[in-house]
Amino acid sequence: MSAISARSGVDARSRAKLRTVTLFLLPALVLYLLFVLFPVVQAAHYSVFKWNGLEPLDNFVGLKNYETAFNSDAFKTAVSNNLLIIVLSLAIQIPFSLSLALLLNRRFPGRAAFRLIFFVPYVLSEAITGVVFTLLLQPHALVDGSLQAAGLGGLVQHWLADTGIVMITMFVIITWKYFGFHMILLLAGLQGIPRELEEAALIDGAGRWQAFRYITLPLLGPTLRVSVFLSMIGSLQLFDMVWVMTGGGPLNASNTMAISMFKAGIKNQQMGYGSALAVIIFLFALVLALAYQRFVLRRDVEGALTVFNG
Amino acid sequence: MTTITSTKTSAISRPPLPGAANRRRVRPFDLVRYVILLIVAGVILIPIGYAILGGFKSNNQLVGDPVSVFPSPWILSNYTDVVLGANALVFWREAANSLIIATVAVTLTVGLASLAAFVFARIVFPGREAIYTLFTLGLLFPSAVAILPLYILIRQVGLDGNLLGVALPQAAFGLPLTIIILRPFFKSIPVELEDAAKIDGCSTFGFFWRILLPLARPALATVSVLAIVGTWNAFLLPLILLNGADQWTLPLGVMNFATEHVSDQARILAFTVISIMPAIAFYVIAEKQIVGGLTAGSVKG
Repeated sequence: MSAISARSGVDARSRAKLRTVTLFLLPALVLYLLFVLFPVVQAAHYSVFKWNGLEPLDNFVGLKNYETAFNSDAFKTAVSNNLLIIVLSLAIQIPFSLSLALLLNRRFPGRAAFRLIFFVPYVLSEAITGVVFTLLLQPHALVDGSLQAAGLGGLVQHWLADTGIVMITMFVIITWKYFGFHMILLLAGLQGIPRELEEAALIDGAGRWQAFRYITLPLLGPTLRVSVFLSMIGSLQLFDMVWVMTGGGPLNASNTMAISMFKAGIKNQQMGYGSALAVIIFLFALVLALAYQRFVLRRDVEGALTVFNG
Repeated sequence: MTTITSTKTSAISRPPLPGAANRRRVRPFDLVRYVILLIVAGVILIPIGYAILGGFKSNNQLVGDPVSVFPSPWILSNYTDVVLGANALVFWREAANSLIIATVAVTLTVGLASLAAFVFARIVFPGREAIYTLFTLGLLFPSAVAILPLYILIRQVGLDGNLLGVALPQAAFGLPLTIIILRPFFKSIPVELEDAAKIDGCSTFGFFWRILLPLARPALATVSVLAIVGTWNAFLLPLILLNGADQWTLPLGVMNFATEHVSDQARILAFTVISIMPAIAFYVIAEKQIVGGLTAGSVKG
């Protein structure tokens, strides 16, 4: 820096540039490093201690917190619940969103209204959505009442109290809240694909399904990747809605990794153990991102992206 | 290939003249399309409609006859209590807390991200792409990972139980997406414009403030709207960092209201409906920016 300023002319300008870069970039960088990246590093640091968050950080326990996590039945349930939501999202929610995007990808009267309505749940907070659905799903409330009125009383379940049903209920509500978001992304992707390509294929004798499968779907690849990736990251940190609706119960049946982390770190003051759980969430995200990138890159080389057939 | 495609354009896929779509005969597939879309719209709107109308019912009506659509009689007291009466103090305090946090966080996110995106878009310097990549990393992992250490950090700097302690991390979480969306917009503004401004005596900040930002107003509207929605709905961070009822934001407030009034469902519904009104009103006004912003974000692979 001082070596630069010793010279003149060109260096005066590059010094001015350096000052601009510093002044413009530093505030954002400091805020980001302090409140986003530094805490992630700290989580790794805390995770090898037994620590209640208050006393000095001196009880080093190595990887014991991780061992505890993988021996904990509650946390194992949490992991399998998060993975279940990821799988169901990819298998059901995204194809469903894509189907609706395809239905809306054509001009017709009322299209704008449908698009407006489908996206409404996305702007509601997850916590508030959870409160509304908790009321709807109470015994003898709207859902049960409607089923009975339709003569389907046999389908009535303890939607939130049955350990075998509760995650399915959660998934349906998550889909209610987020399919509009994916639909909007995919609709934007579809509108970027020239319609002539599909029509040319149809004229050349391809069926509608073939035209979709071999023309539209591959061209939609980049948007699908974004959609799938956001869905996976979101599923990994599922918290708000489940916490409000069941608190992870009954009997941990709807536990998630983020709920385990919250309970350990905040409720039970096991900051070290909670941090280990945070690191595990991070590792899941990392592995998914890397595996996904490999998988998708290979697929791209082959010229087709098929999340659905896989 | 290209020639074929362009002929097809003119022959087949020219958009119909305005009004032509309405005059066209309804094909069977269109009917199926409408039926499916109407069912899905119903599934979206029924829970919201149930909550709105439920707020006008008595608890006896809600429990005794869960499927009847309209209240009889209509009871206004649940809603008026939330806005003006018994629950008004709680509601307005929570709305004010949400508003304060959102204002601080969104101003910081958009302000600081604009400055950073300007540098990333228009100034070449060593390490630029590395620092940019550092920011994009923020999108790749769940923000929940940072929550517990944030709790420690905020307590250490004495900001726990302070709305600013929520707003600052919230602003930081919003930076990556905002920078990623703004950068290409800032890049697309011609260099000649900047040169001309410089010749006329404009400083770099002067160009940024008086020329670039006004030109990028649509992009700024988009990122602001996205940041507002994100901050307004945040739950885990305020849940951990705020430690008293007088600091709660609306999502926390609704959850606690529901726990405190378990036996008074109609009141919970009224409180919930009033609490989501700002978000819905905001969405109806800013739909174009929200949808446009998501679209812009999705273009990046």
